[in-house]
Amino acid sequence: MKLITAIVKPFKIDDVKNALKSAGITGITVSEVKGFGRQGGHTETYRGSEYQIDFVPKVKVEIVVSPEMVDSAIETLMQAASTGKIGDGKIWVTDVETIIRIRTGEKGNDAI
Amino acid sequence: MESGNLGWIMISAALVLFMIPGLALFYGGMDSRRNVLNMLMMNFYCALIVPILWVVIGYSLAQVPFENDFIGSLDSFMLGDIARAGDGSTLATVAFLGMFAAITPALISGAVADRMKFSAWAIFVPVWVLLAYVPVFKWVYGGWLGQRGSLDFAGGTAIHVNAGIAALAAVLILGKRRGDVSPPHSMPLVMIGTGILWFGWFGFNAGSALAASGQAAQAFMNTFLAAAAGGLFWVLVEWIRDGHPTNLGAASGIVAGLVAITPAAGYVSGVAPIVIGALAGIICCYAVRLKKKFNYDDALDVVGVHFVGGIVGSLLIGFFANPEFFELEFEKGLFFGGDAGLLIEQALANGVAIVWSFIVTSIILVALKVTIGIRVDAETEHNGLDLALHGETAYHS
Repeated sequence: MKLITAIVKPFKIDDVKNALKSAGITGITVSEVKGFGRQGGHTETYRGSEYQIDFVPKVKVEIVVSPEMVDSAIETLMQAASTGKIGDGKIWVTDVETIIRIRTGEKGNDAI
Repeated sequence: MESGNLGWIMISAALVLFMIPGLALFYGGMDSRRNVLNMLMMNFYCALIVPILWVVIGYSLAQVPFENDFIGSLDSFMLGDIARAGDGSTLATVAFLGMFAAITPALISGAVADRMKFSAWAIFVPVWVLLAYVPVFKWVYGGWLGQRGSLDFAGGTAIHVNAGIAALAAVLILGKRRGDVSPPHSMPLVMIGTGILWFGWFGFNAGSALAASGQAAQAFMNTFLAAAAGGLFWVLVEWIRDGHPTNLGAASGIVAGLVAITPAAGYVSGVAPIVIGALAGIICCYAVRLKKKFNYDDALDVVGVHFVGGIVGSLLIGFFANPEFFELEFEKGLFFGGDAGLLIEQALANGVAIVWSFIVTSIILVALKVTIGIRVDAETEHNGLDLALHGETAYHS
């Protein structure tokens, strides 16, 4: 099993969710996060003084899938989350040792 | 006193009291989320301690008898005979003026934000009211500065300049905040606070006529117009200079306009409140940058808005005072046939208030600094004052 983690622009999360559903992904976990990449932060001006806001709001999407689903899930994510502009985010994939459905005790692919 | 006048004074007193939570939210929204409760508490504390102090000895020292040049007396300790006397007009006036005494030290809280020990603030407020506020109030209202002919309708010199210069003294003694300074944590709080301040300021200014009179109505209109002009022109400067019309600019300009019209509210009419408000908005919009230039950490711009705005309004009385319009006896401004005499008196009164308040504030704070200390430790400052000083957190999430 693989854990796909994607950092996307907050306004794209509905598109991402709908695209993943259509692609047959049965569950995702979403968190509001802050951070910076090459996009950097932005400045805000209060009473003429500039404040550097380093951390940009993003949404983190986590999906656990079977290995054969990884490529199509990434393809779907990239299409749905892309605007072509700086700050579109990143996707990374990690191995997952095991997964357990709490209600039934099912393990592995059966629990996805 | 007619019942209408008495009613207006009592309503105005309640309106001025409401300015304290307004000020608390105005400052609290500008503050960081880890210090917002400390800011609210510094303001509300003024509404706890000062009314009691005012009734016990403050009013007596500030106003009894009215003719004294420098300081009142203890003849009306615990109000003496005032409470039972007559139709309640004096009692209502004591309450009305007590609200002013309460909000004046609260103004200073914005400057010392994020780093002052609450225990030091708790002692500073009543001592400052007795040693700085009461004398200046006395000199301006009934005392030697007022007798010389200077004008201060609702507290430009006695309140805004007095508190503004005290704020400067306080931040010089307190020192700068450590680390990066956070931007305002909640602009919506700032805006609702501004709205409450504006609303309450009608009582502050129009109530200072101490009657439901034509002068009160003109002060009411002036309060309306100067605030609007102040907000409008601050935003215009910002929009042209920095590229955006900001909410904080609108709020700051409204308050700057209100501060500037305060001393003039019952003495000017026509286009004057618009000019006074607009000038205050423009000048204060630049004055808030002085702290960078001169390297003092006036956290929420008490000096730039209240001190500078108060000076602007107080000096402009020297140009715009129009006794013929009000059919009242006071000096004419330069634009209405007067000579420079009034302007000189205005400058003198403010100069005296500045020197006295700066020195007294410095002495109080240095005394506190060498005894109980006035600054929180570095860890408290970093983690926030709310939890360390008050055991509370504003936002759980």
